[in-house]
Amino acid sequence: MTDLEHTSSPLFDTGHQLEVSNLTVRADGMTLVEDASFQLRGGELVALLGRNGAGKTSLLRGAIGIAPSASGWSRLSGEDMARMPSGQRAKLVSYLPQNRPLAWPNPVRDVVALGRFAHGVALGRLRGADKQAVQRALVACDLQDLADRSTATLSGGELARVHCARAFAAEAPLLLADEPVAELDPYHQFRVMDLIRNYVDQGGGALVVLHDIVLARRYANRLIWMKDGRIVADGPPEATLDANRLAEIYGVRGHVEGARVVIEGPLQG
Amino acid sequence: MRTGLIALVLASLAAIFAACLLGSTPMSAQQVLLALLGLGEQGDQLVVVQIRLPRALAAFAVGAALGASGAALQGLLRNPLAEPGVLGVSASASLAATVTLYYGLVAISAWVMPVAAISGALVATMLIALTALRTASAVTLILVGVGFSSFAGAVMNLLMNLAPNPFSLADMINWMLGSVANRSFHDLALAAPFLVAGLLILFIGRRGLSALTLGEEAASGVGLNLKRQRIFVVLGTGLATGAAVSLAGVIGFVGIVAPHIVRSMVDHDPARSLLPAALLAGLMLVLADIGVRIAQTSSELKLGVVAALIGAPAFIWIAMRRRTVHD
Repeated sequence: MTDLEHTSSPLFDTGHQLEVSNLTVRADGMTLVEDASFQLRGGELVALLGRNGAGKTSLLRGAIGIAPSASGWSRLSGEDMARMPSGQRAKLVSYLPQNRPLAWPNPVRDVVALGRFAHGVALGRLRGADKQAVQRALVACDLQDLADRSTATLSGGELARVHCARAFAAEAPLLLADEPVAELDPYHQFRVMDLIRNYVDQGGGALVVLHDIVLARRYANRLIWMKDGRIVADGPPEATLDANRLAEIYGVRGHVEGARVVIEGPLQG
Repeated sequence: MRTGLIALVLASLAAIFAACLLGSTPMSAQQVLLALLGLGEQGDQLVVVQIRLPRALAAFAVGAALGASGAALQGLLRNPLAEPGVLGVSASASLAATVTLYYGLVAISAWVMPVAAISGALVATMLIALTALRTASAVTLILVGVGFSSFAGAVMNLLMNLAPNPFSLADMINWMLGSVANRSFHDLALAAPFLVAGLLILFIGRRGLSALTLGEEAASGVGLNLKRQRIFVVLGTGLATGAAVSLAGVIGFVGIVAPHIVRSMVDHDPARSLLPAALLAGLMLVLADIGVRIAQTSSELKLGVVAALIGAPAFIWIAMRRRTVHD
């Protein structure tokens, strides 16, 4: 019924690569991110893990150039993100911030359509490629039936899907999502992660901040671990997730056996 | 939406025509039409073209400027209570205009007062936008605006306190109360360039207001240049509100009420609310001014007084119905 179903080849150009090198972000005299380097390319889902305040959000903001970097750089396919015009950046990277307050009770379709702002969308006059992209995003997030509803009447789980659809509607090759499953029940956490996985399976590259180790283990191709503003490990779950890592990063006692992760409680003393 | 806009335009034209028709000198529609076409008796022409038409147009222009400014500020600050009057923009413009009256600077050039009013409005709008950068709380922002408003009011009171003679005192009071009585095409021509420029800037920059629905962080994520958006709204509302104040003094609340009424008709999209809010606010002031003119009162009611009498309760009602989740 949609283009989604008869695209067996990747929907996105997987050639785009985000490259962050020795990035340091400071604000109000505090170092939020220090000397961070990582890469993100199409076809991979990377989970960014770390305690509250470890600098995950600042790393995302620095990586897309909306938080000024004190040193280091972030480039997308060779272009400096900090100097890229905001419209061009938005066509290449979708950003789903942690705080997603909606100021007005707009219809779902309009909020999703704002994902195509950089493509020149004006609300109420959706047509052509924009209309199709919005429709694809609504279908992918199972929102067709809610498209004309006001966002003020939605549940938390429905709203989370609206935000995902908004991010997907840009059809940007990369996605940076800051805690997309926070405050969702387990069912909706899986649903949102499935949506992101589906995006990655079509060739998109996603960097997702998560607090749920089990979800990260299950969905991510790679884990990036942060502590006190630094990246302390970056690699596949099998290589970087173990009891020592949980103790080091979160100060919790746990076991990891293959795909099974059990967290027992805080470390004593 | 389109039919709504057409209806607003037709209603505005009808109201302006009615404003030419009604008044102390009764006139038939035919007399008014002839006068508007430059025909008819000289006395009729004088009343219609020199007195009633410019007054009605001034009311409409002031309403349109305040309605569009209110809608744009609400979009930028993501708050239905933002408005040039509430945020102290009108009061600052009016203070600057009063200073030129007080010191007799108006004698230098007719442009002095509009330019002063616009400068006052721009300074206040800039301060509000700067405050908005520092605080995410809408309540704080409104309180800062109320503070600006009170301060400008206090300085106005000081000027009145020190007024050298009853004539300048009466002049200033007229300003503070807000009125479009005795406005001529000459007054309109002085305010028009700024008013039109302000409205154009707001209209050109309106699309970004939709993106701000998502919050500033996500709005810049979808490709909005936040800095440029703020400059557009500050400049546009500063010019439009300043021009409105130079024409009519302070007229409050119409910038809140008109956008509030049209919002649900445009799916709560701040960008699409701009034009209908401007038209509706213009229409409201033309109607209110007709009411002021035909009301049998010992001295003519001031438009600003009537607008506040109706608008302030509406402001309270909108504020009380607000969900408090976002603060």
